[in-house]
Amino acid sequence: MLSQKNNLFSIALITSLAVGITSCGGSTPTATVKVDGSSTVFPISEAMAEEFQKANPGIQVTVGISGTGGGFKKFCAGETDISNGSRPIKASEIELCKKGGIEYIELPIAFDGLSVVVHKENNFASCLKTSELKKMWEPAAQDKIKNWKQIRPGFPDTKLGLYGPGTDSGTYDYFMENTVGKDASSRGDYTASEDDNLLVQGVSNDKGGLAFFGYAYYEENKDKLKLLKIDGGSGCVAPSTATIADGSYKPLSRPEFIYVKKEAATRPEVKAFVDYQLAAANSKLISEVGYVPMPEDIMMLVRKRFSDGTVGTVFANARKGSKVKQLLEK
Amino acid sequence: MTTTPPSFESSDSEMFRPNRQLNKRVELVVKIVFATFAFVSVATTIGIVLTLIFETVAFFQEVSLWKFLTDTAWTPLFANPQFGIFVLISATFLTSVIALMVALPLGLLAAICLSEYASSDIRRWLKPALEILAGVPTVVFGYFALMVVSPFLKTFIPGLQGFNALSAGIVLGIAIIPMVASLSEDAIYAVPNSLRQGAYALGATKRETIIGVVIPAALSGIVASFVLAVSRAVGETMIVSIAAGQNPTLGLNPLVPVMTMTAYIVQVSLGDTPAGSLAYKTIFSVGMTLFLLTLALNIFSFWFVRRFREKYD
Repeated sequence: MLSQKNNLFSIALITSLAVGITSCGGSTPTATVKVDGSSTVFPISEAMAEEFQKANPGIQVTVGISGTGGGFKKFCAGETDISNGSRPIKASEIELCKKGGIEYIELPIAFDGLSVVVHKENNFASCLKTSELKKMWEPAAQDKIKNWKQIRPGFPDTKLGLYGPGTDSGTYDYFMENTVGKDASSRGDYTASEDDNLLVQGVSNDKGGLAFFGYAYYEENKDKLKLLKIDGGSGCVAPSTATIADGSYKPLSRPEFIYVKKEAATRPEVKAFVDYQLAAANSKLISEVGYVPMPEDIMMLVRKRFSDGTVGTVFANARKGSKVKQLLEK
Repeated sequence: MTTTPPSFESSDSEMFRPNRQLNKRVELVVKIVFATFAFVSVATTIGIVLTLIFETVAFFQEVSLWKFLTDTAWTPLFANPQFGIFVLISATFLTSVIALMVALPLGLLAAICLSEYASSDIRRWLKPALEILAGVPTVVFGYFALMVVSPFLKTFIPGLQGFNALSAGIVLGIAIIPMVASLSEDAIYAVPNSLRQGAYALGATKRETIIGVVIPAALSGIVASFVLAVSRAVGETMIVSIAAGQNPTLGLNPLVPVMTMTAYIVQVSLGDTPAGSLAYKTIFSVGMTLFLLTLALNIFSFWFVRRFREKYD
């Protein structure tokens, strides 16, 4: 009896293996969701995809990193189902998608707030203007701006030590774009590391240090760092989950987007994956990878937008500083 | 089943005619297998060198060799790209020299202690214990330098920054002690006892014997270990990327952050650099420089060891 059971078991095993092999061979592919785009949104997609695939073994989610622009190119050519964007779609890309006959549903999924921090014992700086950040970081500052007193007359004679992510990072791009200006480039003589933990170490060991990185890294290392308020023209605001979420932390917070192809959204696997990304229960994954989840009232609007299948963009033509909620309610 | 004892009478017994044919075939297969392995490693080396050469040539089509050698800043990824390789070479040189100032004396003294003073029992324990150091991942050494050594040094060196060449160099030195100690110890241990006995017979003390006879006799082995240690210090990556900071500064000040050649390669490789871009090519030009430096060191050591090898047979 027992051996018969074993036999049955091994037959079952062998057939299932055989089925597994043939299905890998490509004759009957598993359902695949193709995601591509921004490297900034990538960590969110990757975390979501990982957990989603664990829960849905039959569905495969591939996440590429072509950058927001590269992602839209593929998306509008019909090659991908979802495009990640660390900015709203541009006019030229809207045109491109129109040509390709691609309709898209625009969904903000998280906020990213860049935090500027200094050494814990720094007692003179508490709020910096974006123009002062520009003075520190612009290319012309190289070999010239080396002291805090050059930044603002009231600051003491303390050596300035700069720490930041390297040029490949989306964080670098966004920070430079919003402080230094359009060409989004910086001086070359700062301590650059793609490892944010090293940046935390660097600035916490340097009395004149200043660094910037995602808000999550500040949260994690609160005890070692002093967070600066940023004055983007309308007063000093410190980043926090609340100020990042409501957009009052300017100009260093921004929404992150996914763009879902309307046609693909009817496919059950794509719909399931997007629903998974928008689910309230999964928002902790967003904070785990270093971003700020959108407040629940906004997420309700986002979910509604997806289930209604509302196509087009409301963010592309929005004025700078518009609130995400108001845009979605329109 | 009955067993018939083999007959020893006739010389054409089955037992005494080994199957040479099979042996030859096995031999051939073994030869082919080993030749394949050898070929794979040689081909890999050639492939690496060719890749380095092609990308480096492509790099120098965009950046002049003159700029590469004379610029005083290394900022290839930024708005004003500058390609002064000496910024990276000076940092590599600085951390390596500090590392060697730690590793060579300590490693050599450890080797002498192990082979000349320690009893065989102690030696049996001490040597593997020392070699455990070599098994510590260099990432751990890097964070050790950053979180323990730097803050400690800071208590009595006021100008020291959080990231600095000094602590990276010191810990790098600690990391290569086992290499120096182990190889030198082998060389010292291999010095024939008759030489020591001769020295004692002439009335030399133990210290005199070691300094005057044993060390000179083992010199070629010791120097070989030193040169290997230098190569290792020059090529070491994680410790200097973590603890030395990644800030390209020209000069030999050990108190400030520096960026070594390997640290630069790590920094660029960690991001998603598009293949074919100038940033991508700089990795190879830096890699080529590193390769040439290490090659020169190895050629030197090869020459030195051959020139000064002493034979006792």
